[in-house]
Amino acid sequence: MATGEGTARRLTGPAARRAVRAAFAAGAVLLAACGGGGRRTTLQFWALGREGEVVQKLIPDFERANPGVHVEVQQIPWTAAHEKLLTAFVGRSTPDLAQLGNTWIPELVALGALEPLGDRLAGSRVAPRDFFPGIWATNEIAGVPYGVPWYVDTRVLFYRSDLLARAGVQRPPRSWEEWRAGMRAVKALPGGEHYAILLPTDEWAQPVVLALQAGADLLRDGGRHADFKEARFRKAFEFYVSLFAERLAPPLGNAQVANLYQQFADGYFAMVITGPWNLGEFRRRLPADRQSDWAVAPLPAETAADYPGTSLAGGSSLVLFAASRHQDAAFRLVEFLADERQQARFYALTGDLPARTAAWADPALAGDPKLRAFRTQLEHVRPMPKVPEWERIATAIAEAAERVILGRQSVDGSLDQLQADVDAMLAKRRFLLDRAAGKGPR
Amino acid sequence: MTAAGGNRFSRSRREARAGLAFVAPALALIAVFFVVPVVAGFLLAATDFDIYAVGDPATTRFIGFGNFATLLHDPVFWRALGNTFYFVLVGGPLSVAVSLGAALLVNARLVRCKGLFRTVYFAPVVTTMVAVAVVWRYLYHPRFGLLNQLLAVAGIGPVNWLGDPRWAMPAVILMAVWKNFGYNMIIFVAGLQSVPVTIYEAARVDGAGAWQQFRRLTLPALRPMLVFVGVITMIGYFQLFTEPYVMTNGGGPLNATLSVVMYMYKQGFRWWNIGFGAAVALVLFLIILAGTLLQLRLQKGRE
Repeated sequence: MATGEGTARRLTGPAARRAVRAAFAAGAVLLAACGGGGRRTTLQFWALGREGEVVQKLIPDFERANPGVHVEVQQIPWTAAHEKLLTAFVGRSTPDLAQLGNTWIPELVALGALEPLGDRLAGSRVAPRDFFPGIWATNEIAGVPYGVPWYVDTRVLFYRSDLLARAGVQRPPRSWEEWRAGMRAVKALPGGEHYAILLPTDEWAQPVVLALQAGADLLRDGGRHADFKEARFRKAFEFYVSLFAERLAPPLGNAQVANLYQQFADGYFAMVITGPWNLGEFRRRLPADRQSDWAVAPLPAETAADYPGTSLAGGSSLVLFAASRHQDAAFRLVEFLADERQQARFYALTGDLPARTAAWADPALAGDPKLRAFRTQLEHVRPMPKVPEWERIATAIAEAAERVILGRQSVDGSLDQLQADVDAMLAKRRFLLDRAAGKGPR
Repeated sequence: MTAAGGNRFSRSRREARAGLAFVAPALALIAVFFVVPVVAGFLLAATDFDIYAVGDPATTRFIGFGNFATLLHDPVFWRALGNTFYFVLVGGPLSVAVSLGAALLVNARLVRCKGLFRTVYFAPVVTTMVAVAVVWRYLYHPRFGLLNQLLAVAGIGPVNWLGDPRWAMPAVILMAVWKNFGYNMIIFVAGLQSVPVTIYEAARVDGAGAWQQFRRLTLPALRPMLVFVGVITMIGYFQLFTEPYVMTNGGGPLNATLSVVMYMYKQGFRWWNIGFGAAVALVLFLIILAGTLLQLRLQKGRE
């Protein structure tokens, strides 16, 4: 099937593809003609989850400002999006532009599915310096930009201010040791079974954030090899699993946390590391008499001098596809959505945090004290290793920690296995990089 | 003589050609949607087709039995295989036994509202798996779950059903049996209803007790259904996927509920190691084939 596809692609060639596209274009023109319009460009825009629903409210303004451009938004659930993007690429039916989780960019760039944006950005009012640097960096592969940040996502500390105060913790922790001391104090509070912090054992974000804070690179040699046996990663890993060994965090996965909000309100745990989407959820779902008892702070750092600590540079970007025939119009839509006014409006509609720093001056954002923690944190974010295998590596990190937490392996045994597993995942990447390097000088 | 023979020959050839024309559409469909994918699957299993190959097929390498060698050395695969056998060998017979028991109960002469019970027992089969999983996740909840509250009444400590690697698989089996037994029950009920009542009357006259009637009359009468139900249940249970997909976040905790199909899905569609996933599929196919042949042989031997 693999080789068959290759030859098919080679045989059909650009001429046939052009013919097919012409046929489609003719169809589109016919449809437009039926609608009574003249020559119109129809942009296919794939947007994910709730954003895909809400963005449709912004589109009419864009269409008014760009007569002749019609935008068709296709809403795709997050859980199906990755698969759909890849199958669309194989079936050569990618849209003109799409929203992507920024950790997917390396993978689609490796496929050659995305259009580099360097030239377009050079003549654009969208400039890299308008965005959070750590977030912008997720869109660049080997120095070439492939996406424009749309909204951002990072992890901060949500905590029960009343419980921390009762335990004698006066301010959100700034270093790991201060953090641990605070957790011990919360754990020592009287009452039924309770924990200081919730760290779902099947999530990779928490151990990875701690590793980034310790300065670990996770991979080395340009993503050719795993790097989990060096001291910085080990230190973070040991700190993470020790929180379970001390019973400061319950050894539960996400599936076993029936109702995060209920348990947070009950004081089953006093802290949780989570993202901006929970800001709205906590406001909606926590009982009214608990609303003054919680707060949000940037993450602690390994040492207080480095406070605030590093967190994930998450979020979604807007990308153009290499196969699109309407890249100029599509880029105008990207510029429109990245505009600070639209970003502020999008925040009002979704609660998604703007990627563009200027949009944070909007009163709705600037006036929210809980958002200040996010604003600070976003200045201290770092991208994940930009390799197509990242998602799989991240899962392996969570599993390595889980093995230690549930007492199946020692730290040494688990890290040895993690190193070997991830090295095996990167085997093909090493082969391709080495082959490309071998070809280079010739 | 020769003319007649030739005639007959050409007529049968003509008939064969007509017959072929009639089955051609079906054959074409089977060829396109079954034979070609199966052959492609075999070929894929001998390559390292992955995410890089999706972008540039030229990066695909032919590696012969390399995938199978990796597979045999992967402890996660053996874990998945072990889990799958656990599920099939414990869950399968349990499911058939529960179905048979339920069929006997529903079919008993003393029971009223047979139609109601049949419907009630069949309802889980047609309920969406995701809805069932949501409810069962609450039943299994370590702190608030009904199951643990009942156990607490009996003085048994809380069990972390889906979070403890030892209990996760029993929990999945329990739910799967509850969800699926109704289907087989209906087949058994149909079988039971085809057994003439007069035979039982004759047996009672001859002094056969309830157990003897079940052992000597009901079971032999149900043999064809047992073969069918056994094979279908085994094949279905080997393909364990939805339960861990929705209940344990894809095979957790610590791969305790990871099945071969889940492993294949993760490799193929989550990590896009399509070649490796195809190799897993091939191994699963061989296992199911062997299991089916073994069951048919056993059933035949008993006749």
